[in-house]
Amino acid sequence: MALPPVPLPNTAAPPGAPHGPGPEPTSPAVVDGRLAAIARGEAVEAYIHPELAGESAVLSVECFNLWYGLKQALFHVSLVIPRGKVTAIIGPSGCGKSTLLRSVNRLNDLIDGVRITGDMRLNGDPIYGNSVDVIELRKRMGMVFQKPNPFPMSIYENVVYPLRIDGERDKRLLDEVCERSLRGAALWDEVKDRLRDNGLTLSGGQQQRLCIARAIAGDPEVLLLDEPCSALDPLATNKIEDLMQELKGEYTVLIVTHNMQQAARTSDYTAFMYLGRVIEYGVTSKLFTNPHVRDTQDYITGRFG
Amino acid sequence: MVWLQGGALAVCLFMIVGLLYVVFRQGMATFWPGPSLQVRTHGGAVYLGEVVREERYRPDPALLDGLPESARGPARDALAREDGWARRRLIYTANFDLTQTHHHWVSDFEIADEERPEWALVIERATNDGRFNGVPVAFLIDGKEVATDPADVWAKFNEHHGPVRQRFQRRVKIEKDQGGAVSRREEEARLGLRRAELEHGAGSPEYAAAASKLDEVNDWAAKEHDRLNDEIAHLNGENARYAMRLAAGGQQKMLPLADVVRAYPANRVGYWGKLGIYTSRWWEFLTDEPRNINSEGGVFPAIWGTAAMTLLMSLVVVPFGVLAALYLREYAKAGPVISAVRIAINNLAGVPSIVFGVFGLGFFCYIIGGSLDDLFFRSRLPSPTYGTGGLLWASLTLALLTLPVVIVATEEALAAVPRSMREGSYACGASKWQTIRRIVLPRAMPGILTGMILAMARGAGEVAPLMLVGAVKLAPSLPVDSEFPFVHPQRSFMHLGFHIYDVGFQSQDSESAKPMVFTTTLLLIALIATLNATAMLLRNRLRRRYAAGQF
Repeated sequence: MALPPVPLPNTAAPPGAPHGPGPEPTSPAVVDGRLAAIARGEAVEAYIHPELAGESAVLSVECFNLWYGLKQALFHVSLVIPRGKVTAIIGPSGCGKSTLLRSVNRLNDLIDGVRITGDMRLNGDPIYGNSVDVIELRKRMGMVFQKPNPFPMSIYENVVYPLRIDGERDKRLLDEVCERSLRGAALWDEVKDRLRDNGLTLSGGQQQRLCIARAIAGDPEVLLLDEPCSALDPLATNKIEDLMQELKGEYTVLIVTHNMQQAARTSDYTAFMYLGRVIEYGVTSKLFTNPHVRDTQDYITGRFG
Repeated sequence: MVWLQGGALAVCLFMIVGLLYVVFRQGMATFWPGPSLQVRTHGGAVYLGEVVREERYRPDPALLDGLPESARGPARDALAREDGWARRRLIYTANFDLTQTHHHWVSDFEIADEERPEWALVIERATNDGRFNGVPVAFLIDGKEVATDPADVWAKFNEHHGPVRQRFQRRVKIEKDQGGAVSRREEEARLGLRRAELEHGAGSPEYAAAASKLDEVNDWAAKEHDRLNDEIAHLNGENARYAMRLAAGGQQKMLPLADVVRAYPANRVGYWGKLGIYTSRWWEFLTDEPRNINSEGGVFPAIWGTAAMTLLMSLVVVPFGVLAALYLREYAKAGPVISAVRIAINNLAGVPSIVFGVFGLGFFCYIIGGSLDDLFFRSRLPSPTYGTGGLLWASLTLALLTLPVVIVATEEALAAVPRSMREGSYACGASKWQTIRRIVLPRAMPGILTGMILAMARGAGEVAPLMLVGAVKLAPSLPVDSEFPFVHPQRSFMHLGFHIYDVGFQSQDSESAKPMVFTTTLLLIALIATLNATAMLLRNRLRRRYAAGQF
């Protein structure tokens, strides 16, 4: 069990407990009343910390709006996801975190009645647009879902699935990718002797790591994790969190999580979303210890949400 | 409430078990040979045969007046003792050629005396007159009596019967195979002439060539037929030398040995002898063709026809049903049209099957088959090739009938594939078809096979539409044989379900056909159970492979 790499005081304390290095944050939140404004239907600007300006962006989101039918789920979302870092999105249920994540690889296309405006770019290439080949686009990303979803086939075939659908037949290459991905997902030692077994025979934590191996098999430019630990026990959760630290640097990770401690432990940057809007986005340690917006502080201290 | 539910289940189970029990009991008992009983009535009539059934009834008192004086008193006493009830037994007297009946009811009060004659022979004949019961009187070779004692006659019979039967079977084979081949060449030459006439006209050189070819073949065929006829006549002549004379009910009958399929002295055979007869009858039933207007012999062509039709039907219905369900579930946009299509499919399952038969006859046989005949088999017209009922059209009709079952089952199976699995596949960059082919279909396969099992069970047991599109009472040859092109899907075929209907309700003598009905029903149930068990085995193997993970 590795210690959380981003030292944060008291993040393991239950929500609602006294918070911060002292009785009061050293520099109190300066912006107030945003949530009330949102509730009134007014447009609010996200507060983006200045540190982000220096990062090179893998993924940039600009003024992104999304509607499910008539209901708007995302409002003017603008974000840049820095290269080689772990970025977490937190917020209460229904705030649009997962919707935003699923918009990145256009999985929302599968749902009838979804409409979007705004722009998203992956390394400068547009994600939305008439000329975009969605299938090619999805091959440039990897995604891991809430519940482990290995396919009903062998462990080996599960991992090399992205290559298989590309028509790859070279046995040597497939073997190599399989081993590299499973090592990358810290699963190789556990399954190397039973690669031909059905993927569904693994335990839940192993299944989720198998899904991570599958997600990184295609060498993605960005790895999307949608609450990857919510169906796992604490031990398995720990393994996945360690794994994220190992993947960092080589891969850009965008993780949606319910669990604020997890965001605090694992991420470099954190965005706080509420009611389909980004409220505050900045370096994790600053966001958790010294939020700029009062509402962020209220959320992370457990006063609502 | 729980008692009501449990009770309903118990009633269902009771009915199913009861049905199976009756069919199994009657079906298994049919071929067991029973002893022969000979009764003499007060009127002097003699009845010899196996007792197949007995029951109690209330005879009309006037019936007793027909008895002779001396018997009337005891009969009245016996009736009075039983409150007016009497027992009567149904004796399988056979000897249709002598008595014009197969069975006879004998009441106990009519009987003067009864015995079990030691040498009563039961003889199963190859002719349409059915069985013969009698006591052997003499064995004749070339018209001369060589044995007159029953034991000697029986010994002689056993000595000569084997070779005679072999000659008989060789004769049948010559008639069917070699004779058939010669006739086929003749037919081909005749069709060649007709084709030349249709394509080139009656005066063309091609027509002349075909005509001379036909003459040539006709000459050859006449010679061949003569040769075969000689051979057959020789075999027949050899067989005609052997005959057996039997006495039955005061009459005597000469039986040529070649007509005898099986004979046994019913009151002399022991347990093992009976077991031998039982086994040999089952073997004949499963592997041979029917005889005595379907009421005896085997049902092999019907077994073959049922299995072939069911498999062909599954082969057609599963791909079609799966494709249709895939479109409905995966590609079509939900809306009023799709809802209407779904309702229509569900209603299709409720259409009476005879309507499908009528449709099959009109569409497959007459329209499609008729067009095929027009295009490819003109020379054979007006006799139809594909333009009439046959194995292919029957399978297609039943495929149509069972299509809703497969579509509904497949749709359910597709809907049960978790969304997360599809999304996982899409997130890997798979296209829709790749996702369906690699993830959705394998995962839905057990459900699809369930649909196939249901369709097979429904299709194999269906009779009504088959009567219109190709099932026949007696098919001259199987749809697969050694004749080019070896597979003849246009041929009509026999079917166990239709056989049950035909034997049970269309035969001249339902009493002797009844045991056959039970046996055939038993066989049909066993066949469907076997087909289903195979499919289930397959499904369970797949299910193990795609079993959902546990954690």
